[in-house]
Amino acid sequence: MRPFAYERATSAEDALARHEDGARYLGGGTNLVDLMRLGVEEPAKLVDVTGLAHDRIERTPDGTLLVGAAVTNSDLAADRTVREEFPMLSRAVLAGASGQLRNLATVGGNLLQRTRCSYFQDASKPCNKRNPGSGCPARDGEHHNLAVLGHSDACVATHPSDMAVALAALGASVRVVGRGGERTVPLGDFHRLPGAEPQRDTVLEPGDLVTAVVVPPLRMPAAYRKVRERASFAFALVSIAAALDVRDGTVRDARLALGGVAHKPWRAGRAEDVLRGAPATEETFARAADAELAAAEPLRDNAYKVPLARNLIVRTLAELGEGS
Amino acid sequence: MTHRIEGREKVTGKARYAYEYPLEAPAYVSAVQAEAGKGEIVSVDAASARRLPGVLAVLSCENAPQLASRSNGELAVFQSRTVSYRGQFVAAVVAETLETAREAARLLRIEYAAEAPDVRLRDDHPGLYRPEEINTGVPADTEMGDPEAALSDSDVQVDVTYTTPAEHNNPMEPHTTVAHWNEDGSLTLYESTQGASTHQRTIARIFGLDREQVRVVSPHVGGGFGAKGTPRPNAVLAAMAAREVGRPVKFAVPRQQMYATTGYRTPTIQRLRLGAAADGTLNAIVHDVVEQTSTVREFAEQTAAPTRIMYRAPHRRTTHRVVALDVPTPSWMRAPGETPGMYALESALDELAAAAGIDPVELRIRNDTDHEPESGLPFSSRNLVACLREGAERFGWAGRDPAPRSRRAGRRLVGTGVAASTYPARLNPGRATARAEPDGTFTVRIAAADIGTGARTALALLAAETLKADLGRVRMEVGDSSFPTASVAGGSSGTASWGTAVVRACEALRERLNGAVPPEGVEASADTRDEVEAQERYARHAFGAQFAEVEVDVDTGEVRVSRMLGVFAAGRIVNPVTARSQFVGGMTMGIGMALMEESVMDERFGDYLNRDLAQYHVPACADVPDIEAVWLEESDPHLNPMGAKGIGEIGIVGAAAAIGNAVHHATGVRVRDLPITPPKLLARG
Repeated sequence: MRPFAYERATSAEDALARHEDGARYLGGGTNLVDLMRLGVEEPAKLVDVTGLAHDRIERTPDGTLLVGAAVTNSDLAADRTVREEFPMLSRAVLAGASGQLRNLATVGGNLLQRTRCSYFQDASKPCNKRNPGSGCPARDGEHHNLAVLGHSDACVATHPSDMAVALAALGASVRVVGRGGERTVPLGDFHRLPGAEPQRDTVLEPGDLVTAVVVPPLRMPAAYRKVRERASFAFALVSIAAALDVRDGTVRDARLALGGVAHKPWRAGRAEDVLRGAPATEETFARAADAELAAAEPLRDNAYKVPLARNLIVRTLAELGEGS
Repeated sequence: MTHRIEGREKVTGKARYAYEYPLEAPAYVSAVQAEAGKGEIVSVDAASARRLPGVLAVLSCENAPQLASRSNGELAVFQSRTVSYRGQFVAAVVAETLETAREAARLLRIEYAAEAPDVRLRDDHPGLYRPEEINTGVPADTEMGDPEAALSDSDVQVDVTYTTPAEHNNPMEPHTTVAHWNEDGSLTLYESTQGASTHQRTIARIFGLDREQVRVVSPHVGGGFGAKGTPRPNAVLAAMAAREVGRPVKFAVPRQQMYATTGYRTPTIQRLRLGAAADGTLNAIVHDVVEQTSTVREFAEQTAAPTRIMYRAPHRRTTHRVVALDVPTPSWMRAPGETPGMYALESALDELAAAAGIDPVELRIRNDTDHEPESGLPFSSRNLVACLREGAERFGWAGRDPAPRSRRAGRRLVGTGVAASTYPARLNPGRATARAEPDGTFTVRIAAADIGTGARTALALLAAETLKADLGRVRMEVGDSSFPTASVAGGSSGTASWGTAVVRACEALRERLNGAVPPEGVEASADTRDEVEAQERYARHAFGAQFAEVEVDVDTGEVRVSRMLGVFAAGRIVNPVTARSQFVGGMTMGIGMALMEESVMDERFGDYLNRDLAQYHVPACADVPDIEAVWLEESDPHLNPMGAKGIGEIGIVGAAAAIGNAVHHATGVRVRDLPITPPKLLARG
């Protein structure tokens, strides 16, 4: 582990002032510190932002949820408002990691966690995300749980978060403070596809600090479902955040996002377009799934994700439709 | 019903594990692993590492002291420039702090003349050969009758090939050594080991010391599952480093490094051929095994050994072929041999049951035998049929519709499966002392190991019973090579072997006790070598039956074991509380084998990729919602003074087959390549 400086920030301004080239903000550390031990992350300085006043969950009069970036995953999932008004979000958070990790991990850190691709986590091997230009051994190697959508020659990694998938479906946005002041980034634009620059997971610029997540209210039946190889403490093979508003047999509105399939939480806009205004039938749901998955480009060993995602979309929507 | 006697110490953090021994001014070791899959080390540039403040020493093939014995290649640390597999320890840094050691290790520049490693096991590999003997010292091949002719003459035939992947033991406590050279030239190791006596002997040989000059202390060990049954390179490296810097050193192998340096279960390719009459009576059994070893030393797992003892059939053959690949040497992992072998045999039995239209419980009962088929020896006791019947009754097997896909619960297919279990009942020689103290208590000592099994508690119970004393008056001391010599905690032999020594020592003490205990106490000892060697000739094995119910999601291919029951006949059960944990723990590990465990090798690099517990999946509590183990009363006079067979490993044996058979019953899909993951079911559902 490379020696590093450690400083505690007292405010967002203070954090920005302390941030310099090679620095990283430290939240719960459940991913960053692991990666430092592995020699994958080698920050010269850690700026601890857990002491900032970004640890509250609030609700505005119009029902919008404001979640501070330093709120722990456990507190977010257990929050009464979140459980009652945003159950999909609560379930997504609880589907991730383990109780111990959720107690430490923060909302900001959850968004910014790195891929769990084996090659990325092994500093002795090539990886374009870790070491740009070194190559991507996953493309022809072990990739059974990597991307089928939106990947590039340079990178086939997936984003591992469950929470972010729910936030994508909910149409959330991310509040960021940076050197140019404060701005709000829609969650769908926050994470990037790898393209030729897989080292950049998000659109954040150096020094940018996530301060909060803004979640508009959603008033329709919603679900989060995660498919995994064991019943707990495993990353998704495919996960789905879905919401469906059906009246008189017709889909009035739908939200759909997939996890475990791409370099970012995958908002399934094409599927949503098919769903809106169509009869709430399995045939429609299947058509919606196919519309979204037509762009899939599975690799040698992850083609199963396409039928899996299709089945999951159809099943989840059918169950939501039945409940309407 | 006795809870483990050190339980409070463990849950309150008082029980001391190897890394926690407080020594004055310890230094810390960080090891460097080979980044070539095969080849030679050209040079080691340690200049920048040595410049780092706090670095005490850098060790590698360029400066390591010569070891007195290099016969075990895996323990010949830094003795040559040859890289035999990726991940092999090739250098190490000793420093004032662990952080400094790790940073300096990162700064080492090692240049390799690398070659492409040959790491893929296949059944047509030109390097396959027949080993002289397999792990337990028995022949690689056996044959009776004319199996080929008998197969083709049989009414019902099964010819199937199963594969099992490499699997890693993954004990919670990593392999750890704290090494300290004393002023008199002797060496003390605080060690996470399954056998203090064997560890002592091996380390003494490697460093050219007398046995008495090495002391291994290991009262508490956080799991091993075989991976700590033999000394690993961490012990040699720590001792070497401590001598180099003249201070005690601590070395805990990081989880990621364990995957190359602490052993694993070989992958296997197993072809099973069964021939039976229309009524299911077996006429021929052929079990051909292909597995791997390394170029460093030979380890040939006894995968087909259980097939030699399970079922009656006049014509039979078992073979083992291994190939030496550029991989770490495989080693023991819970029930080596029986675990992969019985997965294949008991899966094939299920396929035979389906082909013959016979209930799989009934098929096994029909092929039961009262003597070991290949040796002809009578069983000291064999209650496989009783286990199957008891299990079928408790599990609700009767009335099962054998047709696949016959049960549904919403979007889930439900199926049930059965498999038999077996494990040898071994007895190893050993010694123990029992001592009566003047205060009315007793101290019993043996260099046994409690790796979380409950061995200490079982031995204390046996001592108390023999001494006719309350358990609270018995001080049971294990895990120290200065205690009387004991065999390793392996082969499910602990309670039988150590228990015999403890019982004999306590009997000897009782004979000496008459009246008040003098101030210096009274001590007696026992050595069971003669008793063990005088054993009558019997085939001694424990048996069991495993029943599993699975639910398979038709949309996702997810398999969850909704219910599991094991029924075992393993002689006398000394302590039901810890015995149940052993059975249930083994069965749970079997769930992992069936559904998730797989060490993934990248053939281009030559090492295992999923090197942590987030990537290498073992069952979580949520995967084990309903699991139970029970046992039959079994009285066997041909074993040992307690009448006990081993219980540490049989729980995993057959578990994966029962689950795989249940998945087939649920879905109609026969996955013959473990683990049974959603992609495999989705591809074929």
